[in-house]
Amino acid sequence: MAAPDVSQSMFGAHVAGRSLGARLGLWTSIAFLVSPAILVFLWMLSLSLKNDIDNIAFPPVFIPKPPTLDNYVNVFDQNKMMQYFWNSVLVTGGAVLVGLLVGVPAGYGIARAKAHRTAILILIARMTPALSYLIPLFLLFQVLNLVGTIWALVITHLVITIPIIVWIMIGYFEGVPQELEDAALVDGATSWQSFRYIALPLARPGIVVGGILAFIFSWNNFIFSVVLGGKNTRTLPSAVYNMLTFEQLSWGPLAAAALLVTFPVLLVTVIAQREIVAGLSAGGLKDG
Amino acid sequence: MSDASSAVDAVERARSATSQSPTKAYTFSRNYWAFAAPGTLLIASVIVFPWIFTLWMSLHDWKVGGDHAFVGLANYFRLASDSRFLESLVRTFWFTALATLIPIVLGVWAAMMFHRNFPFRGLLRTVFVMPMMATPVAVALVWTMMFHPQLGVLNYLLSLVGIPPQLWVYHPNSVIPTLVMVEVWHWTPLVMLIVLGGLAGLPTDPYDSALIDGASGWQMFRFITWPLILPYVMIALVIRTIDSLKVFDTIAVISQGGPGTASETLNYFLYLQAFQFYNIGYASAVVVIFFVIIIALSLLLLYLRQKSKWTT
Repeated sequence: MAAPDVSQSMFGAHVAGRSLGARLGLWTSIAFLVSPAILVFLWMLSLSLKNDIDNIAFPPVFIPKPPTLDNYVNVFDQNKMMQYFWNSVLVTGGAVLVGLLVGVPAGYGIARAKAHRTAILILIARMTPALSYLIPLFLLFQVLNLVGTIWALVITHLVITIPIIVWIMIGYFEGVPQELEDAALVDGATSWQSFRYIALPLARPGIVVGGILAFIFSWNNFIFSVVLGGKNTRTLPSAVYNMLTFEQLSWGPLAAAALLVTFPVLLVTVIAQREIVAGLSAGGLKDG
Repeated sequence: MSDASSAVDAVERARSATSQSPTKAYTFSRNYWAFAAPGTLLIASVIVFPWIFTLWMSLHDWKVGGDHAFVGLANYFRLASDSRFLESLVRTFWFTALATLIPIVLGVWAAMMFHRNFPFRGLLRTVFVMPMMATPVAVALVWTMMFHPQLGVLNYLLSLVGIPPQLWVYHPNSVIPTLVMVEVWHWTPLVMLIVLGGLAGLPTDPYDSALIDGASGWQMFRFITWPLILPYVMIALVIRTIDSLKVFDTIAVISQGGPGTASETLNYFLYLQAFQFYNIGYASAVVVIFFVIIIALSLLLLYLRQKSKWTT
């Protein structure tokens, strides 16, 4: 479960220090591999900081001169961005919180009971396309009169957060030695105490990893809000998608909105990159 | 039950846990199920209920807001002769093959590079991983602007190296490869991370011996590294396969299944049937077929995970 930090590797040291040719090859490869990411993100930023004349100029203007924040002002003026942002916070926050509350104990229970079949069920739930849950849940929410409410979105986002949190927690709790808890039970601790004071603190890194990944995948989700979100309850991704249909060639505001949507996630990625790397290389799973 | 008996119980449990073959009675303690109960209940209601309900709906002729009648397997027979569905199925497999294999090759390569030591490695790795975390809808918007045939930056960049302008997502022949490119951009980092996890667990002795024996870099990769990371590559392969089958956001924003139906994959076909045409029964049958494919691949994934645990 440890982060694949491999700075101690002999192999790495050998090759890196070998020759000028090897080093040149390494840097060429790295440049080739990393440049598409840099290109797209910088272009996004560039588009968002230019006026519309520069944005549709050909040949393209790469560096905004002078950069303008008009697009951002524009996005906030013409859309209820704060409202959508708040909706995203409520939906993702609610789904992650409930996901942690039920998912962490569930991961513990499944890991300790060695309930492999339940674990397989969780994995399949994790792999099933989000869209496939949507038809029955849509009908259910119609009956309950919940279509277009924040509640419907929080509930559907549980489909994303619970499986990933449970799945990651199973892995972390399996890494907590059973002997420690057995010792506590011998000393008269209840199962709850043994979970709360022994297993839980030891599995804390897993809670961080699971929480972060659940946050990212829930924040990025788009289809649930497209179908279930109302005019005032849609989350950021589907709000931006809606802007696309209205502003075909108004690239500046669109790019500004796109950047605002993805900024929180990128920020979390940079801050918590170690945890994310650990979680994904260990669990190696993403959402649907 | 007295305290004494529960203490005895605890000792028994401790003994069974430390013994070589713990008996089922102790490992399947009811206490543990108390922890799993709330989660299981929620999973049952928001995940398992939809599965069963979908199966039931797939046996009905069901329109949103309209009546529904039991039709048995009629929806499935209809799918088998629906050329739009069959074409989307073939298209999905084609898309999946490309969007799986290319990230695997690039991801293994990237993992080999990021496994080495070099200045700014942490920073560059973070930049490399960012596409995977970025909101697909937001990124797809930017790609849409980049693909613009007259004003897009990609055609400008191509013109700099003398390549004529491309139509990207605006031509039926190039739309799938173009969407694959976006998918590769998004998910190569995931493959890299999984393989990097595998590389981190490699032993160093074989490399030392190989170096003494005068093995080349390629030989070391081919005969030592590759066999050892193969289980991880296989895991990445299955995950990529499942994810490519489900691709939706990118297509919905960039091409909306077009031009015509040239980029209508299984998941997009499903979306149109369910939420544009409101053929809920018919769409449910598509979900069931989808589901069977996903279960098979998930079980394969699980098998591979077990295997990779044994090898490390």
